[in-house]
Amino acid sequence: MNARYLPYLLILPVTLFLCLFFLYPFILVAQQAFYADGGWSLKNFQDVTSHWKFPISFRNTMLLAAAVVPVQLALALLMATMVTRMQKGRDLILYVWTIPLGISDLAAGIIWLAIFEQSGFLNSMMSGLGVVDRPVNFLSYQHPGIVFLAIALAEIWRATAIMLVILVAGIGLIPKEYYEAAEVFGASPWKRFTRITLPLLRPSLQTALVLRVILAFEIFAVVAALGGTLFPVLMGETYAYQFDLLNGGAAAAMALIILAISIAFTLIIMRALRVPKGATI
Amino acid sequence: MNAETRSSGRFLYTASVVLLCAWVIVPLYLLLINTLSSPETVNSFPKPFWPEFDLGSLSFFAGFEGMLTALKNSILVAAMTMVMSIAIGAPAGYALSRFDFPGKGLFRLLILLTRAFPLPLLALPLAVMFIRTGLDDTVFGLALVHTTLAIPFSVLITFSLFSGIPIELEEAAWTLGCTRLTAFTKVVLPLILPGITASAIFAFVISWNEVFAAAVLTIENRTLTAFLLQNLDTSPLHLKFAGGFILVVPALIFIFAVRKYLFAMWGIANR
Repeated sequence: MNARYLPYLLILPVTLFLCLFFLYPFILVAQQAFYADGGWSLKNFQDVTSHWKFPISFRNTMLLAAAVVPVQLALALLMATMVTRMQKGRDLILYVWTIPLGISDLAAGIIWLAIFEQSGFLNSMMSGLGVVDRPVNFLSYQHPGIVFLAIALAEIWRATAIMLVILVAGIGLIPKEYYEAAEVFGASPWKRFTRITLPLLRPSLQTALVLRVILAFEIFAVVAALGGTLFPVLMGETYAYQFDLLNGGAAAAMALIILAISIAFTLIIMRALRVPKGATI
Repeated sequence: MNAETRSSGRFLYTASVVLLCAWVIVPLYLLLINTLSSPETVNSFPKPFWPEFDLGSLSFFAGFEGMLTALKNSILVAAMTMVMSIAIGAPAGYALSRFDFPGKGLFRLLILLTRAFPLPLLALPLAVMFIRTGLDDTVFGLALVHTTLAIPFSVLITFSLFSGIPIELEEAAWTLGCTRLTAFTKVVLPLILPGITASAIFAFVISWNEVFAAAVLTIENRTLTAFLLQNLDTSPLHLKFAGGFILVVPALIFIFAVRKYLFAMWGIANR
């Protein structure tokens, strides 16, 4: 076997697989989205964006991402820096903190449902403390704020772990010498964090944020478990178009809109956190 | 820094570590209480704050029409995804770590693109494609989609793992008379196997947890997530909680199994 062709032979299966199950369906979904009434048109896009639920689900998805991602970033950074200082029990703490990594959004939604539902633990605790007389139905249209809070908490609880893992791995790659040098020159822990950790962590921050933001726009099952129809989001509407309304073209258009938003934000994050050329560790 | 601020700083530090651990564990504990309580207790108010170790909810779950089949389907799909994503992804990871070849940049871009795409959305056109080929509503069809989800991870993770093994080891084997293949099977493979297992488990978890594509692509052969999602509005609370618990259990075990590799997986894959 000629060594020149070996790498191509090795990447051939992935490339074929991705062409068949990624690029091809992607072209199909684009076709379907731009096809209506027997010709090319933007009708599907006009239909879905002019539907009364679209602005609400768009706003909800954005608000949720805006509320959840910054908290996750801050929390993940805090946890990652705490872990690096840890001498004893580091493995155990890291295991506990990364448990939610393996938990699905649906399961996370169900877990927080156990807390927020009418006969749930929050109500039990509040009535035990005498704050309320009767259990309150938190997850109802009278309490939109609490529905939002429950969904946001479930998301923060579930998906901070993936950021934590990426950031801990990233911090591990920063040479210790930089910190030692900074300490010699009398830099405070905060200074060391802002002047060494944050700038050198940029590639990991980029990965973590891109991944999280894209997943935040895809939020679906947590909302289905906690909010149901009370809190429409883009992905839920896509599902509804496909199944309840049996309108494949509209579902495809929604899919492309979600994709466009994801790409826009990916580019913004990549640009904002770009690593200057030649500036690697 | 005097001793007093230092000790109060330490207290603050310990307290926040404990608090963050509780933040992760308490919701899980509350789910455990609901799972190990009788259906009556789960639907009653107020809730006890300790489990009564009644298997009523779990046996109701096991006896629920279609639930065990869904559980079996979930395991099957996840196992197929695990095998396929490693079999297809690992060679590419090896190629990325060992060779510089024209088109490498483009290939990496394709992989990263897949990761930056809301992949479950592809389930919509695939549903049509599967109906044409007879793969619709089959476990294998869904496993193919889940493999697409898991492949970017398996390529990047194996890339990072292979990069961790010095090429000198392989070169030494070649000078001692090994071919490329035997050097790989005798030297690299034993070193890489635990890491490969970890990334295989990761692929399993990705598939096990996936909801959207599973719900779109299966009708009769529902997986557990799709089944639970479909019955979310109608199923009683104790069924939801028992189902949620069953979804969580493998996650706990798997994260424990791969905990050593979690960070190695992400270290180089970032670059």
